[in-house]
Amino acid sequence: MAKPIVLKDEVTIRFAGDSGDGMQLTGTEFTNASALLGNDLSTFPDYPAEIRAPQGTVAGVSGFQIHFGSTEVDTPGDICNVLVAMNAAALKANLRYLEVGGLIIANTDGFDEKNLRLAKIEKNPLEDGSLDKYNVIKIDITKITRAALQDSGLSTKEADRSKNMFVLGLLMWLYNRPMDSAIRNLEAKFSKKPDILQANLRLLRAGYDYGETTELFTTRYDVKQAPTMEKGKYRNIMGNQALAYGFIAASELSGLPLYLGSYPITPASDILHELSKYKAFNVHTFQAEDEIAAICAAIGASFGGALAITTSSGPGIALKGEAIGLATMLELPIVIVNIQRGGPSTGLPTKTEQADLLQAMYGRNGECPTVVICTRQPNDCFDVAIEASRLAIEHMVPVMLLSDGYIANGAEPWMIPDMSQYSAIKPNIITEANGENGKLLPYKRDEKLVRPWVLPGTKGLEHRIGGLEKQHETGNVSYDPENHEFMVKTRQAKVDKIADYIPLQKIEQGPESGDLVVVGWGSTFGCIRTSVRELNNQGHNIAQIHLRYLNPFPKNLGDILKNYKKVLVPEINNGQLVKILRDKFLVDAIPFNKIQGLPFNTVEMKAKILEVLGK
Amino acid sequence: MSETSTINNIALTAKDFTSDQEVRWCPGCGDYSILKQVQTILPDLGIPREKFAFISGIGCSSRFPYYMETYGLHSIHGRATAVASGLKMTRPDLSVWIISGDGDALSIGANHTLQLIRRNLDVQMLVFNNQIYGLTKGQYSPTSEEGKITKSTPIGSIDHPFNPCALVLGADATFVARSLDRDPKHLQGVLKRAAAHRGTSFVEIYQNCNIFNDGAFFIFTEKETKFQKGIYVEHGKPMIFDNGKKGIKLDGTKPVVVDMANASANDLWIHDEKDVIKANILTRMFDDPKDTDLPRPFGVFYTTERPCYEDVLKQQIEDTIAQKGKGDITKLINSGDTWIIA
Repeated sequence: MAKPIVLKDEVTIRFAGDSGDGMQLTGTEFTNASALLGNDLSTFPDYPAEIRAPQGTVAGVSGFQIHFGSTEVDTPGDICNVLVAMNAAALKANLRYLEVGGLIIANTDGFDEKNLRLAKIEKNPLEDGSLDKYNVIKIDITKITRAALQDSGLSTKEADRSKNMFVLGLLMWLYNRPMDSAIRNLEAKFSKKPDILQANLRLLRAGYDYGETTELFTTRYDVKQAPTMEKGKYRNIMGNQALAYGFIAASELSGLPLYLGSYPITPASDILHELSKYKAFNVHTFQAEDEIAAICAAIGASFGGALAITTSSGPGIALKGEAIGLATMLELPIVIVNIQRGGPSTGLPTKTEQADLLQAMYGRNGECPTVVICTRQPNDCFDVAIEASRLAIEHMVPVMLLSDGYIANGAEPWMIPDMSQYSAIKPNIITEANGENGKLLPYKRDEKLVRPWVLPGTKGLEHRIGGLEKQHETGNVSYDPENHEFMVKTRQAKVDKIADYIPLQKIEQGPESGDLVVVGWGSTFGCIRTSVRELNNQGHNIAQIHLRYLNPFPKNLGDILKNYKKVLVPEINNGQLVKILRDKFLVDAIPFNKIQGLPFNTVEMKAKILEVLGK
Repeated sequence: MSETSTINNIALTAKDFTSDQEVRWCPGCGDYSILKQVQTILPDLGIPREKFAFISGIGCSSRFPYYMETYGLHSIHGRATAVASGLKMTRPDLSVWIISGDGDALSIGANHTLQLIRRNLDVQMLVFNNQIYGLTKGQYSPTSEEGKITKSTPIGSIDHPFNPCALVLGADATFVARSLDRDPKHLQGVLKRAAAHRGTSFVEIYQNCNIFNDGAFFIFTEKETKFQKGIYVEHGKPMIFDNGKKGIKLDGTKPVVVDMANASANDLWIHDEKDVIKANILTRMFDDPKDTDLPRPFGVFYTTERPCYEDVLKQQIEDTIAQKGKGDITKLINSGDTWIIA
């Protein structure tokens, strides 16, 4: 008899195992199947800094979390309902994310003496009663896998690699997901290894059938399509992938070839990998010898008329500082992408942080204003990449685009945009002299205070630019004191003026005035959104503002902030935006900070909001 | 392409490559001569003036682009090579010239120099070597001799100097040459060869800093010693110097000076600029001229053909487009598993 299916509004599952256990693939395929069902969802991988940390240890645990629902889903979920633990270390590292009463699916073979020793656990938690407050399902997945593949001709080592497909099949059954997309993707992935493909497919089905036949499970669950999602065509997208697509789109919208100068660094490298695939889009990618060469090559490409970008993370951005100053002086367009990670120094390379905002704003010598914008979630990245490119090209400035590890590796459904809805990006390239008597004035400005872009190869417009202070209009080297002050003020005014060319700040939710506004930027968006929504549903009246433009701010931001008695600024850092808001608007903004390499969860966010409200 | 650059069909001259900016090097600086020789040879390269881009780093030499009536970019210390690389990769139609000094190219920018050399972009790199930091007013440089007394080494430098030509040859340079500011004719010849070479042309130019290191190369430039202490090599010609009085033969891999009174030209080492082993020996003739009979060589030491980075990059893009068709952004963003919410 078929087992009953219980409907759930939302579910969070965490797949955890050793680095070699294939948990990322398992999570990704579960995600694909859920997305195709029309669930709203958000995912986040949590993998170790080392490629293959010692097997069986806590350092080697790799996790993947998915939060999916028939309601609006803004975060990968704070607390899991289900934890898959392929070994003892995975349980040890992840138990704290599981709700009391939550389901643990444990691979008993991963809890043998050796695994317990490697995980530094004295007693087997599956046996000692310490997990009594959870619902524990023990399955010897290794044994089942080996038995299922006994006649496959695969070695034990090869066979064991299919364990994750058993888990996937079981979870697909448990949450009533169709398996077509997983089968299709496995067929593509292993098209040249038919025996491995067959092993994976066999285990996938074995997992599904196991759920149906075993008496361990009495109930199945389902999560229906999310009616809150806007109508349209969707796909899943990861943050870094969406940035790459956005830059390709910007290249097309501007008619300029895309040039990426980059040096590998976690968690930014995926943008380099992604863009390297798209040579058919006339994308030039250059893996430079270091961070400095990467940005300098991009500046050279920009001088030549390309849409030039460089991608990195905090430590790399520190190295690029002098060159960002050069681009500021040259007034050439360039987009600098910072996928932030925990710092300072090497810090926490695979963990997330928002601690490079002040670096983006002020981290250069001299008076060196830089445009700063940020992305809030994976499905925002495409548009932000286009917007960063537009500001750089149309205003002839370096633009810093801030993302972070949480957005970069997170995935969520993305409503595929219609490219015809984007307006063209218009480079201010001139081919005729702009001064009297056929003379070129490379630093003559238009109403936006923007100088023309004059490309080498243009006959009669030969000219020189450089990092020494420029004379107004002629661009010649000038040490004149008044000219220097004038140029410093002008470069600042040019950046400030961009406020006239960006949208006004909108209020995400809540009242236009009142007791409290929560102001965020970047990847805290989902958590703040859920927290404020849930509190307002309980009768509170809190407003949420989330910034995309950090320098310059939207023109109305200061006025908006004055309409609230209190301003709360949550950040994954030690208080950075809060400093800038206090500086610019003289508001008594209250910082709320977490610096653990982890995102906020809604429990702590709601508690802080209530504390500030005095409730 | 015509032999001579023109504007409105009027042949260009060195003057057409001279910008309206006042040249601000110290009077007597060797840079003036180098500037003049470059301006002299450019009109004869058959390249339109607007196609030239001069990219420099920081240092006295790096002011060079401001004085050229071409496109130019004065970048930051040590990074001209990187800026030029990005420009050339996206604009292979341009004739790109990197202007650098011994500090810029071989100290702060040494890594970029070697990376440029191995990638072999089709650019010219002129390194003005004066064995001193001039712009910062007289500290020792990566090419200063051991024991050099400078402001930062009051009892003598401890650093062992780079041998620039040997260094880049070690990084598989495809064109290696040395010339001098005080020999205009020789310098012009080397510069023309550099411009004609497809690949990175590395040219070390001995340049006199008459303020902080005056006379560093006089032994090679002044007529009393020039022909005894220097040898001007030419492809296919025997290695003869000191006005024909002396020659060099190879004893195995060891160069030995012979008296031409007792030797015939047939016994001598014939310079072969295609031979990388001999080029290594040649660039290694680098001892202090006071301590050696072997003269310091000048001329083109080595040249070979190797694919240029930007050509292969362009080829990869063209091949991909030929195979897959031109990229379509709408198709790209619609790729993979998609679903409709109706």
